[in-house]
Amino acid sequence: MDRLLEILSDLHPEIDFEECTTLIDDGILDSFDIVSLISEINEEYDVVISAEYIVPENFNSAEALYALIEKLEEE
Amino acid sequence: MLFTSYRFLAFLLVLFVLYYVIPKKTQWMLLLVASYVFYAFAGWEYFIFMGITTLSTYGAGLLIDRNHSRQKAYLAEHKAELSKEEKKAYKEKQKNKRFAIMVVCLVLNFGILAVLKYTNFMIANINGVLEMTGSDKVLAFQDLILPLGISFYTFQSMGYLIDIHRGKYGAQKNVLKFALFVSFFPQLIQGPISRYDDLEKGLFGQHAFDWHTVSFGLQRILWGYFKKLVIADRMLIGVNAIIGDTESFTGFYVFLGMLFYALQLYADFTGGIDITIGIAQVLGIKMQENFNRPYFSKGIKEYWRRWHISLGAWFTDYLFYPISVCKPMLKVSKWSRKLLGEQVGKRVPVYAASIAVWFVTGIWHGAAWNFIVWGLGNCFFIMLSQECEPLYEKFHNRFAVKEKMWFKAFQIGRTFLLMSSLRMLDCYRDVPMTFRMFGSMFTDWNIGEVLSTGIWNLGLGLHDYIVLLIGIVILLTVSLVGRRGSVRDKIASKPMWVSMAVFGGMFIAVILFGAYGMGYDASQFIYNQF
Amino acid sequence: MKEKKNVRGKIFATVAIGLVLIIVILGLLQRLVMPKYMGEVKEGALIGEYYDENKDFDVVFIGDCEVYENFVPAVLWENYGINSYIRGSAQQLIWQSYYLAEETLTYETPDVIVFNVLALQYNEPQKEAYNRMTIDGMRWSPSKVGSIQASMMEDENFIEYVFPLLRYHDRWSALEKEDFTYLFGAEKVGHNGYYMQVGIEPVEYIPEGRRLGDYSFGDNAWSYMDKMVALCEEKGVELVLIKAPSLYPEWYDEWDVQVEEYAAEHNLKYINFLECTEEIGLDYSTDTYDAGLHLNLYGAVKLTDYFGEYLVTECGLEDRRREEALAAEWEVKLERFYEQKEELEALEEEK
Repeated sequence: MDRLLEILSDLHPEIDFEECTTLIDDGILDSFDIVSLISEINEEYDVVISAEYIVPENFNSAEALYALIEKLEEE
Repeated sequence: MLFTSYRFLAFLLVLFVLYYVIPKKTQWMLLLVASYVFYAFAGWEYFIFMGITTLSTYGAGLLIDRNHSRQKAYLAEHKAELSKEEKKAYKEKQKNKRFAIMVVCLVLNFGILAVLKYTNFMIANINGVLEMTGSDKVLAFQDLILPLGISFYTFQSMGYLIDIHRGKYGAQKNVLKFALFVSFFPQLIQGPISRYDDLEKGLFGQHAFDWHTVSFGLQRILWGYFKKLVIADRMLIGVNAIIGDTESFTGFYVFLGMLFYALQLYADFTGGIDITIGIAQVLGIKMQENFNRPYFSKGIKEYWRRWHISLGAWFTDYLFYPISVCKPMLKVSKWSRKLLGEQVGKRVPVYAASIAVWFVTGIWHGAAWNFIVWGLGNCFFIMLSQECEPLYEKFHNRFAVKEKMWFKAFQIGRTFLLMSSLRMLDCYRDVPMTFRMFGSMFTDWNIGEVLSTGIWNLGLGLHDYIVLLIGIVILLTVSLVGRRGSVRDKIASKPMWVSMAVFGGMFIAVILFGAYGMGYDASQFIYNQF
Repeated sequence: MKEKKNVRGKIFATVAIGLVLIIVILGLLQRLVMPKYMGEVKEGALIGEYYDENKDFDVVFIGDCEVYENFVPAVLWENYGINSYIRGSAQQLIWQSYYLAEETLTYETPDVIVFNVLALQYNEPQKEAYNRMTIDGMRWSPSKVGSIQASMMEDENFIEYVFPLLRYHDRWSALEKEDFTYLFGAEKVGHNGYYMQVGIEPVEYIPEGRRLGDYSFGDNAWSYMDKMVALCEEKGVELVLIKAPSLYPEWYDEWDVQVEEYAAEHNLKYINFLECTEEIGLDYSTDTYDAGLHLNLYGAVKLTDYFGEYLVTECGLEDRRREEALAAEWEVKLERFYEQKEELEALEEEK
């Protein structure tokens, strides 16, 4: 989780990712951010977040994203 | 049937009345019949293509959906006996099956679209190459039909198929209901490209007559006609005059034409969408918005999140992400980071996907180099602004102007002019001509001539300019007021006579000042051709 | 509860008043933008004037400019005591003539209907503006509906006849003084449908008629001729076919033969006045106001007098000058007729 927060802060240092739950709804993460995020996660956790998982529910908060990573790691 | 034909209005009237008279359970069937009647007016032969898309997507959706449930059932049933590896292998096998079904259906449908829309463009290019190589062989152009709304309904259906494949929702089991989703008439002509889960409830639900919804829908329709008939179609006269004569109308004329076209396109397209969403609302169906005051965007990326939203979202979800985060691309990303360094390397997937998306977006708009250049032009400026991001940041750290009114206005103006310049590729015959006309804006200094006498040579008289000016002021006012909540809500909260006056006045204005009937060519919605 | 009812009533009243207001405004706008035909092009006003009449005519003329420029009902009354009216309009097409005849026969049954056969040359609608001049003046009736449906050009819509505002809305930018002056009623243009012209422009040369590939009239045109014949027969009205003595547009011999044959076949009277210009005493150097296209008042008086004689002897029309009410009516009409004649002649002098 900490590593994920680090990756996120690299993208947008000004955002408090532990609190924010509207990353997509408020347009904080745009499509470019999401793609860099996914490739970073791929490096870090060795999971592939394919396009079907790119929905607001999975990316609105760091927590949700981490849950997704864990779920994918399991599979 | 054009939105601006008397026949269409009569069609709507009959539909609206019938819709609330018949049993609510059958409302969706009426919509299907109405949509097919609407489509039949365009041409019977088009039904073949829509039929293929409807049936193939329906079938593929069902197969994929069934496979999903079968996999689930199988795994649940054999939970105990299967090892993790076996489960994985089974899943993989099923996944490949589903993928194959989807690909076949995608290839078929996009294939039809591509053949009908791009064959002649390909032939023209091949002929160009042949000519350059000195060959005297020439391929003949094919006489192909382009079914009404094919780009829209194909995209909408394929979005559904991909969503089913992703397991986002279950397939529609009733082929007639699915046929309605594909053919729903208000969005056939120019979109929006709706998502199945957005539309499902509205299309197949039961709707009781609700005065509030119906009157708001009618108001929206009226507003759409106002934009379309009073502003867009009158402006079109000037646009056509300027782009129709590239010999005489250079320099400041081009700039004027660019502004005219920006307004005309906006009024035409958003007006059409207002009519579409308004019709759906009268029918009790909520449709996603397709515009969000795009000309107030402060940057290109923002502009594209606010203009033709459904198309941009479609490309992002079904093309941009699949390309940029697919496994091979992730490999490319890893490799490029090693090779080119972190900063450059991480851009590779995003930029590769962007270029692909914008190329396709361009060619989606039309089978011509103009549109390809237009699409890639957009892509170029998006990347440029992305690359300039650190510079901007430095600038903003140094000068505290970010929140200043005038700076925002500057950003809005800059974005508007940039998008309008790119849009000139819509107007002129070919790419070199567009560049020549664009260049003439900076070389032909005829602003004095244009403003003193030139504006009277564009087929527009003083009365036209007055109507346009008032129309644009109204448009702008509504746009600004609309930033803080629905304008219709605001009017509805006032005494009854206010809304009577507003909409009565607008109705009279459309009838009196609309550019329709004798002397005006029935100008089709610009997006008809796509 | 009562309060709620009150609110509802109030809303209903507002909506009702609002709708009425909108309709009234649209109605006024429609009147405002519709052409008044009071300036240069007065012919468009003729058709509507019929409804003010007592509709007890012995003879009704139907046709294009060759009737409303060439026959003078005042002369028929003064010289023969024949009460006549011209339902003519510019480039009236044969189906429009038919429907005008049909409509006329719902109001009255004259002894004779006179139809000018030049319109047989057109088998299809020609020009929207002329359709409008003939049709807009008609009151609503099945005949008007029929006439519209038969006349519409490809880019016309029926609803634009029902609500002419939809057709003329764009005239808001071209409104003239007459549009306001005549907002609630026009001045009378015709004299029982006759449109008076007193100018003189002698015939200097007659443009030769273009050779045609095919001289036979079209099926559509003939079918309305048949309908007209059947209609008159049914109502017991004698149908007289004429060709006015306009020198051009060319009336081809090939055409004349067809009409003659048709008349003989259906037992109709047909007079081609072009063949009896000498008997009539027409002098084309003084009797036309536009070099041969139409007769002026002086030529029309001669032609009408000649035709009056024919109506009395061949159709057996009686002299009604002893009918007091009718005579009184005509006295007023004649006064206006001669007044305008003097006025126009004075204007002509000034030129």
